[in-house]
Amino acid sequence: MSATKRLGAQTIKMQYPPTIIASATIVGEKEGKGPLENTFDKVLDDALWGESSFEKAESKLMRETIMLAVEKAEQPMSNMHYILAGDLLSQCIGTNFAVRELEVPFFGLYGACSTMAESLSLATILVDGGFADYVVAATSSHFCSAERQFRFPLAYGGQRTPTAQWTVTGAGAIVVSSNGNGPFITHITTGKIIDLGIKDANNMGAAMAPAAADTILQHFSDTGKTVNDYDLVVTGDLGKLGLALTDQILKENNLDLQDKLNDCGLLIYDIEAQDMHMGGSGCGCSASVLCGHLLKEIKIGNMKRILFVATGALMSPTSTQQNESIPCIAHAVTIEKELR
Amino acid sequence: MKKYTKKEYGKMVERSAPKTSMFQNLLWAFFIGGAICVVGQLISQYFRNRGWSIENVASGTSIIMVFLGALFTGLGLYDKLAKFAGAGTIVPITGFANAIVSPAMEFKREGYILGVAGKMFVVAGPVLVYGITTSVIAGVIYYLIR
Repeated sequence: MSATKRLGAQTIKMQYPPTIIASATIVGEKEGKGPLENTFDKVLDDALWGESSFEKAESKLMRETIMLAVEKAEQPMSNMHYILAGDLLSQCIGTNFAVRELEVPFFGLYGACSTMAESLSLATILVDGGFADYVVAATSSHFCSAERQFRFPLAYGGQRTPTAQWTVTGAGAIVVSSNGNGPFITHITTGKIIDLGIKDANNMGAAMAPAAADTILQHFSDTGKTVNDYDLVVTGDLGKLGLALTDQILKENNLDLQDKLNDCGLLIYDIEAQDMHMGGSGCGCSASVLCGHLLKEIKIGNMKRILFVATGALMSPTSTQQNESIPCIAHAVTIEKELR
Repeated sequence: MKKYTKKEYGKMVERSAPKTSMFQNLLWAFFIGGAICVVGQLISQYFRNRGWSIENVASGTSIIMVFLGALFTGLGLYDKLAKFAGAGTIVPITGFANAIVSPAMEFKREGYILGVAGKMFVVAGPVLVYGITTSVIAGVIYYLIR
């Protein structure tokens, strides 16, 4: 039997497009003070959320977000056939400890900040393939646990470089189902790892921009769609510089997305007022913007079809210290209000 | 996507990347770093006025400044000041205190042995290693040419 759902080199088209039946997002204080404040389900006022460590707080963040999404789907947790999730911490402990108590079959993922699109892609494939009726796709990041793993202690007096981004404290979870009437996931374009030699871990936007551009170009070429088919092409966490570079690469490859190209890292904060340098980053960045703002906009009909392109910088503190460049990836998912 | 060489892309990034304002950074570092030094000078003057020896004045002043650096780190104020001051808060001895106290605080959750003690010097360790090495080399050279 040959693969009948493939479209071009890297895209697949769903035969029975699964529905996003529910989504939930919980974020930290800073995110709650940004322009999307009213789109989150819950805003925390304490970075530890009553826990004894930031790692435990991140686990709680993910667990509570998953539970809330399942509750909004009006299903018991036992009906979930799979949870697909990941985070930024070494060995994905944020996720592993979050899912420990949920008693649902689990695949752990690591796609750095691309995890929301990665988990959503795989959840969609499982549902469309007839392997599951309900799948949870989730991810999280926490500013404090990421800082201590990737950078400096919180109280250390260092300066952030102008190209630095701010790790979002937030989690997003989506329940994908075979039964429902939209929003539908219709296409998935899986990215390749692209590395154009950027080594500065404080400039992840520039490192990830070519990966984002490559996946977007591939998606348009595979599907034959044009810019008019989309209301928004939204990248995960490229930030100001990364988005500008992506736009430049797209234009040099004859794709002008005009004002339809935006980035979750720019949407989540008031960049100037909150002094965010290039914008937000982290798995929770694209996850909280998708699970809150974007899906709400699609549901109320302000947007009919979007391309969600979460981007990930796949380095580690060790590879950075060993002076390696940053391999990057971007996965794209088409989300539509109704099937045409 | 058309092929970009690493060199081409590197140039593209360099053209678009925002630059730090050197002049503004220098001003901030000068004034905040200078203010820290004025505090140190006042303390040292106080000890001198009390008739302490030069060696004791130096030790006493360092002890007080290290204490203040640690205190402000613990209160969560030192990093806020450093955001503007940059080298102005790193270079004085208070910055050294900050570099040791901040990881000690951060890694307390990993325990007193592997956390606090093990991680205490992750930031300041290289400064100590190369600082001490340099002073030994300087000492040897001084001994030979004296």
